[in-house]
Amino acid sequence: MARTLINLPRSARRGEVIEIRTLIAHPMETGYRPDASGAVVPRDIIRRFACTYDGEEVFRAEFFPAIAANPFLAFTTIATASGTLTFTWEGDNGFVQTETASITVT
Amino acid sequence: MAPDRKPARLSRRAVVSAPALLAVVLLRRPAGAAPALMEAAIRDFTGHAPVSPGKVRLEIPPLVENGNTVPVTITVESPMAPDRHVRAIALFNGGNPQPNVITARLGSRSGRAVLSTRMRLATSQRVVAVAEMSDGTFWSDSAEVVVTLAACVES
Repeated sequence: MARTLINLPRSARRGEVIEIRTLIAHPMETGYRPDASGAVVPRDIIRRFACTYDGEEVFRAEFFPAIAANPFLAFTTIATASGTLTFTWEGDNGFVQTETASITVT
Repeated sequence: MAPDRKPARLSRRAVVSAPALLAVVLLRRPAGAAPALMEAAIRDFTGHAPVSPGKVRLEIPPLVENGNTVPVTITVESPMAPDRHVRAIALFNGGNPQPNVITARLGSRSGRAVLSTRMRLATSQRVVAVAEMSDGTFWSDSAEVVVTLAACVES
């Protein structure tokens, strides 16, 4: 399991726009870089990221090798109701990681 | 006595055209092909729809020391209402081996059309952000970035 950092407010008022910042430890190997012996290191990147809010998708992104190692992503969503946000990263070599965070909406 | 060697004859024309030829060779290097790749990637994203400058603000440092991790923020001017919002934001580059950087899908539930990430820059190049609106129009902003230490060349 890769280490992740998810930063969002613990509570928010209904209708407030909240910023979500995510970071995941991943080398994001581009597939263009030669190793010490001169052979090209095969690509190993995270391809997709999705954020769902109580089961409804609110944000989705597709990553390419030009995304830096340990992909950082900041985006916003509207706090609609108290609930769970689910973050999923999917990538090469069957990489899948899911994390959740909860928010209280008043 | 040494045999009389004829010096290699260089015609005046060859001498005059050499720098021009060199310039053509330099311009034809792979770096020259990447902007065309970027144009193609943008066309793929827009489905050949016209892209107008404006509404999008691409924030990226104009001069970076390390191309391995360059912060980028894209902000799109939009009310983000159910009937008028930003559907997608994509970032493209003109100097890396691949023209795409990130393609994000958002909607009226995003509240604001803003996206931040960190990208790699293989060399000094132009970066273009394109936003797709819910009415099907495309808007863009671009920036030139000078990289002093590029990604992929360290170690």
